[in-house]
Amino acid sequence: MAFTDKTRGMYSEIIAGLKDAGLYKQERFIHSSQAADIEVEYPEGAELKKVINICANNYLGLSSHPEVVKAAHDGLDSHGYGMSSVRFICGTQDIHRKLEQMVTEFLGTEDTILFPSCMDANAGVFEAILTKDDVMISDRLVHASIIDGIRLCSAMHDTFKHSDMAHLEEKLLLHGNKRLKVVITDGVFSMDGDTAKLDKIVELCEKYGALLFVDDSHSSGFIGKTGRGTHEHYGVMGKVDIITTTFGKGLGGASGGCVSGRKELVEMCRQKARPYLFSNTIAPPVVAGVIKVLEILSASTDRRDKLEKNTEFWRKGLIDAGFIIKDGDTPIVPVMLFNAKLAQDVSRDLYDEGIYAIGFFFPVVPQGQARIRTQISAGHEIHHLEKALEAFKKVGKKYDILGKTKQEIIEKYGM
Amino acid sequence: MEDMKQIIKDYVIKEYVEDDTELTYDSPLISGGIVDSFSMVSLKRFLENKYNISIPDDQATPEAFDSVNKICNLVNEFLK
Ligand SMILES: Cc1ncc(COP(=O)(O)O)c(C=O)c1O
Repeated sequence: MAFTDKTRGMYSEIIAGLKDAGLYKQERFIHSSQAADIEVEYPEGAELKKVINICANNYLGLSSHPEVVKAAHDGLDSHGYGMSSVRFICGTQDIHRKLEQMVTEFLGTEDTILFPSCMDANAGVFEAILTKDDVMISDRLVHASIIDGIRLCSAMHDTFKHSDMAHLEEKLLLHGNKRLKVVITDGVFSMDGDTAKLDKIVELCEKYGALLFVDDSHSSGFIGKTGRGTHEHYGVMGKVDIITTTFGKGLGGASGGCVSGRKELVEMCRQKARPYLFSNTIAPPVVAGVIKVLEILSASTDRRDKLEKNTEFWRKGLIDAGFIIKDGDTPIVPVMLFNAKLAQDVSRDLYDEGIYAIGFFFPVVPQGQARIRTQISAGHEIHHLEKALEAFKKVGKKYDILGKTKQEIIEKYGM
Repeated sequence: MEDMKQIIKDYVIKEYVEDDTELTYDSPLISGGIVDSFSMVSLKRFLENKYNISIPDDQATPEAFDSVNKICNLVNEFLK
């Protein structure tokens, strides 16, 4: 047996180290489907507790929507459970291509290719389209899956300071001699809830002849007047060369992702992207569900409009109560607590009050920027948000942080 | 030499430091999380342009770039 006691001991020590450092992650078991009201078993073995969920990526409240569930059922009946194949061998059904065409139409691009997840889309896309003669210039806060994709690609890599346009321009100048330059950013940044300044970025890309890549996982379906994403919000539809997004958040929440954009780039992915070539096709019921999601969102903007209203209510409520939140207008609303232990304590107390929201701290966010990240959904009703606000106020009062400045909170609790 | 140290330190501060972190010539840049290993590219390009040298990729390691002093030593290798 190669897994000796010594090896086991080594891993036990590493895991103990994670616990000591407060970095140990624990799952909470949810016994209901995903929704505003959920039933949670936590810690393991505890009695089920009914709580309001304000930390899901279920932005449009479609994860358990009856029409989506029915469409998935129907897809299961008509197209089966699984395909047991990657796309290009015998894993492409009519509905896979139909979904690709619908996404293309929805995002206003030229073509789309599905991936098992957006993590896979991001991991595969750069290597498929770039070579060592090219350079990737990424915002310093892009999502981890993009970083992995960049690591797998032989092109040179450089970064620019978060949303700093002057710095991006310097980098575009610095790398002027490369065959291709690709500017890489998230559309909405998942930790801060801010948006990339796509109007400015497009301008720079045009000025310096660079391609633009945007990961719109936290935008697709609800950012922009008709929910097409950050490119719609900034009036640059048709000018983003590569969009990646996920079906695992606002667009139904099941799984799957895609690369959408210039048709030659999509074609390169179909020929060369390794997660597309070497991982199984998306399951038919999931494809059928996402098709229904896009039908719902194309027919009416009711859900994104409701999300916008809920978000306004929530942001205003927190500010009026005296919390410090990150500026912005997206449904990702970080409540800043700065100190890691305080974030954990507040999260625990909120849970006792029936509110499920998670604390984030170093290394997920920079040192001294610990927070509770709240995420609003069209599945929330005002009464959910009112109850959550009451709980926030009660806990905020307990820790005496309401109406306090960043400095005052740090003085009281440390960084 | 002092000059070079100051120039490189100024560049690192301008390029990478976003808050008021104090930087010394020995501050660990990469292992200390000030410069992520990706962003080393621009530092390498800056040095090559500034001092008119060419640093082979296999010598531009995170260890060799881990402090202003170490970077100066590396650059001086190529200036000889
Ligand atoms: C910005 C961003 N991109 C990509 C992903 C990965 O998406 P998926 O869950 O489809 O792999 C996530 C989700 O965590 C994300 O936040």
